[in-house]
Amino acid sequence: MKTTLILTTALVGAGFAAAAQEVNVVSWGGAYSVSQVEAYNKPFTEKTGIKVNMIDADNPASPLKAQVEAGNITGDVFDIEVSDAIRLCDEGALVEINPDDLPPAPDGTPAKDDFVPGALRECAVANIVWGTVIAYDTTKFPDGQPTLAADFFNLEKFPGKRGLPKNAKRTLYLALIADGVPAGEIYEKLATPEGVAQAFAKLDTIKDSVVWWEAGAQPPQLLADGEVTMATVYNGRIFDAIVSEGKPFDVIWDGQYMDLDMFAIPKGSPNPEAAMEYLKFATDTQRLADQAMYISYGPSRKSSAALVGMYKDGKTAMAPHMPTNPANIVNAVLDDPEFWADHDVELNEQFNAWLAN
Amino acid sequence: MTDATAMLTTNDGQPLKAALARSQRRARRNALLLVAPLFLFVLITFVIPIGQMLSQSVYNNNFSVAAPNLGAWFDDHPQGSEIDETAFAALVADLQYMKEEKLSGSAGTRINYDISGSRSLFTGSARKVDDLTPPYAISVPALDEKWTDPNLWRAMRSASSPLTGDFYLAALDLTRDEAGVIVQVEPRQRVYKMLFGRTLMLSALITGICLVLAFPIAHLLATLPLAKSNLLMILVLLPFWTSLLVRTTSWIVLLQQQGVVNSLLVSLGIIGDDGRIQMIYNQMGTIIAMTHILLPFMVLPLYSVMRPIPPSYVRAARSLGASSWTAFRRIYLPQTVPGMAAGALLVFILSVGYYITPALVGGADGQLISNLIAFHMQKSLNWSLAAALAGLLLFGVLVLYWLYDKLVGIDNLKLG
Amino acid sequence: MALPVYASPLERAWHYTYLVLCGLIFLFLIAPILIVMPLSFNAEPYFTFTPKMLALNPEGYSLRWYDSLLTFGMQAPEGPRNVAWWSDFWNNARWMQVAKHSVIIGFFATLVATMLGTLAALGLSRPEMPFRRGIMAVLISPMIVPIIITATGLFFFYSKPCALLATVGLPGECGKLAGTYLGIILAHATLGIPFVIITVTATLVGFDQSLIRASASLGANPRTTFFRVVMPLILPGVISGALFAFVTSFDEVVVVLFVADFDQQTIPRQMWSGIREQISPAILAVATILVIISIALLATVELLRRRSERLRGVTPR
Repeated sequence: MKTTLILTTALVGAGFAAAAQEVNVVSWGGAYSVSQVEAYNKPFTEKTGIKVNMIDADNPASPLKAQVEAGNITGDVFDIEVSDAIRLCDEGALVEINPDDLPPAPDGTPAKDDFVPGALRECAVANIVWGTVIAYDTTKFPDGQPTLAADFFNLEKFPGKRGLPKNAKRTLYLALIADGVPAGEIYEKLATPEGVAQAFAKLDTIKDSVVWWEAGAQPPQLLADGEVTMATVYNGRIFDAIVSEGKPFDVIWDGQYMDLDMFAIPKGSPNPEAAMEYLKFATDTQRLADQAMYISYGPSRKSSAALVGMYKDGKTAMAPHMPTNPANIVNAVLDDPEFWADHDVELNEQFNAWLAN
Repeated sequence: MTDATAMLTTNDGQPLKAALARSQRRARRNALLLVAPLFLFVLITFVIPIGQMLSQSVYNNNFSVAAPNLGAWFDDHPQGSEIDETAFAALVADLQYMKEEKLSGSAGTRINYDISGSRSLFTGSARKVDDLTPPYAISVPALDEKWTDPNLWRAMRSASSPLTGDFYLAALDLTRDEAGVIVQVEPRQRVYKMLFGRTLMLSALITGICLVLAFPIAHLLATLPLAKSNLLMILVLLPFWTSLLVRTTSWIVLLQQQGVVNSLLVSLGIIGDDGRIQMIYNQMGTIIAMTHILLPFMVLPLYSVMRPIPPSYVRAARSLGASSWTAFRRIYLPQTVPGMAAGALLVFILSVGYYITPALVGGADGQLISNLIAFHMQKSLNWSLAAALAGLLLFGVLVLYWLYDKLVGIDNLKLG
Repeated sequence: MALPVYASPLERAWHYTYLVLCGLIFLFLIAPILIVMPLSFNAEPYFTFTPKMLALNPEGYSLRWYDSLLTFGMQAPEGPRNVAWWSDFWNNARWMQVAKHSVIIGFFATLVATMLGTLAALGLSRPEMPFRRGIMAVLISPMIVPIIITATGLFFFYSKPCALLATVGLPGECGKLAGTYLGIILAHATLGIPFVIITVTATLVGFDQSLIRASASLGANPRTTFFRVVMPLILPGVISGALFAFVTSFDEVVVVLFVADFDQQTIPRQMWSGIREQISPAILAVATILVIISIALLATVELLRRRSERLRGVTPR
């Protein structure tokens, strides 16, 4: 009996010991979370002594919305897309952020002039610019490599399974681009039932060959395992697979979908002060530049751009791998957060019905 | 006789009958007291939470709290009333209220469950509501002509009362038309009946495969001498005791394109290197992995029924001239029916509610109804629909459970 | 099962086919569990046997995935493995953390389930027990109800556990159970209860109720009777029920997915993220460790079962 008691006390002690100050950050997992741990979390803990718990989600907006609805907020800082930040801010679920509280650039430029356009919102601050691109396994197409978004839908010339994300936002645009719709007209199309039908009709042509993924770390893995020959993928993840793991993959920048990711803090989070500390720290000039050392996502501050140099291996220049590189944005679709804030639910509903049938 | 009974008393002079009844009562009370703490515990941590969750399937106030004026208007004007200026004025007042209270998103989402495209209608209109001027019957439709759709007004009327059967209708691919008559939804939006059908079909298939695989080995275990069969039984029990996630991982490792099975087939020359078979992330993955996980639940009840069957019965039949097949079919098989029923029902009940394995290895077409409930809980956040789907699933499982209790008896549930 | 001497050649052929079939089915049952073990020692990040492994070349094998299990999440994974390293490991390595969570949750959930379940099983086995069947059906139902339904129910209940009290006029706010140890422990206890009930009532089937009366007639009070007479006899059933309850908790992931926080994530929860994102052979290393644990548990239960049969005088046929 006595041993049991001692054992119990020891176990409970071990379990509850971590009561020091902490902050829960919910992000997208995989190579992206790793880059944030290296660039933000470790220096943050070193400087402030606050422990950072990195929590992974397929899309952090999903648990955030669920937590807000259930009135049970467990995360402090969420890394979410702009459309979700706008929507949740409109619904009054996020803490408002005063741009004057954010640290200025090293040369004294105030934060509100330092961030790229659209990066500062009422309740959220962007940290990166990123792209969704098509990646393919170069060993699978010895007779000629794909170069255009349309090639993704060409199963005859480029045989093999395709990897696509299981949501409307990152599939419909691709179908329209491949169908010849210019990047600038995507949202006009998607606002009409005919345009949506056109996108689904195009997706129908490859539906039987698609392996659907949900977490951003899955597509590089699907390519590596040979489950698919081509997949859409977040550009930083595929960079990680190509450069740091030496995988024989290449990227098609045609029809990339360019987006911002933002940090937001929900109202009623367990550690609001630490959360704000973290948000300010992680979006300062140096931290954003450091992040680009670990993964090929562009910093959201202009002042960080000059500090971005080589990849952590010390020999790979980051610029050509950035979604913002001039050569990479020739036919890029820019995110329209207002459109998605309004239409996300409806289009996903149609997408799921289409998927199930 | 009556006198004799009356005279029977206990030592302290009380009638024996009453004393016996009292002691019976005490014994029953003691038995109940032993069970009570657990029963209360299960009630609080299990029955009440599920009941509370299911109540959401018939209760949703997202729209009714955001639209008090429309609610009042619907109360005063029965179904079929003309949508006049007073109706539009109530709508504008509610849109204003939604804008102030930041409720247009949740109210629009509630209507959107019924009529796709309504969420953006509400959020967009609420954003511009301050620009509207009377007469609203003209200015509102000018803002967006969708506002004149009678079906939209039917949906708003239905949603203005928090108590609703809409979500059970939706869970059965049904909706109401403009006149309020129940009709099927458009063919391309029909999802749930198909998924219930697939869940039942796959569960039946898995149960069937389990039965076919379990019968021979249960028979072997039951006819071997105990020392040997106990040893072989470990092969059945080890999977039973191994983590579900471990077993699912193993199947991913075995079945994926660069996995063990495909590599083996390639090295044996059965398939070419570019002809590797897709065995996972589709229905096949779900079937194989679930069969493996549920097989012990079939073997154990079969074994416990087969073990006591005396081998002399079959021998007697043979000595009376039956062929071995006839003896098996007419003598042995009928005696194993209770075991087959018990195993099949248990496997079917368990597989109907499976979640983890289909989620990990099922791809798009290997998903079951549980996965859809999880989707509506975590991604689409249509909790009322999730609750309605859960209600239907729970109902089905409880019917099967009742059947199991009738046919097999819960007391006969065995674990190894 | 020997073949009778009078068997025809056809029957002989069928008999051997049957044995081969059984062998294949046993292979189907056991191979997937064993296959992960050698693969977890793969020196390459692949899920198939490399030529070097097949040639039993030691270079084809390595402990690198076990090593990556140890260091994942540590502050300073490099450096000499001294006291500081091991303390970093104990406090920060993610798999160590989730293992601690799993053990704490499993231990207390088992404790609750076993205590309440054993008491209830004693009551259920009394011949005087009223509504026996109905009550039993409710107590076993956590095993039957699809786990996703249980998990969603708890998700709402744990966010506002006292919301129902508000309907009868009491305060509806009393903190929350979501994201607490207590919440997960209660949920896992509920899921483990059916197993305790089943195993303990099974032990009590052969229990001679007159022993209790005999003990009472010899002057023992109920407490003494319970601990000196009843307990020793049903102990094997209680322990195997407890083991089942522990394994249920140790293996449970859906409830944890819905109601746990970062600070209560368990081993299966961590495996779940691992499998969904990137099945590195490190997952196979975890799997191997878990398989070894389950073999140990299975052996314990088997020994207990045999002991129980001996004690109750049920001779094996």
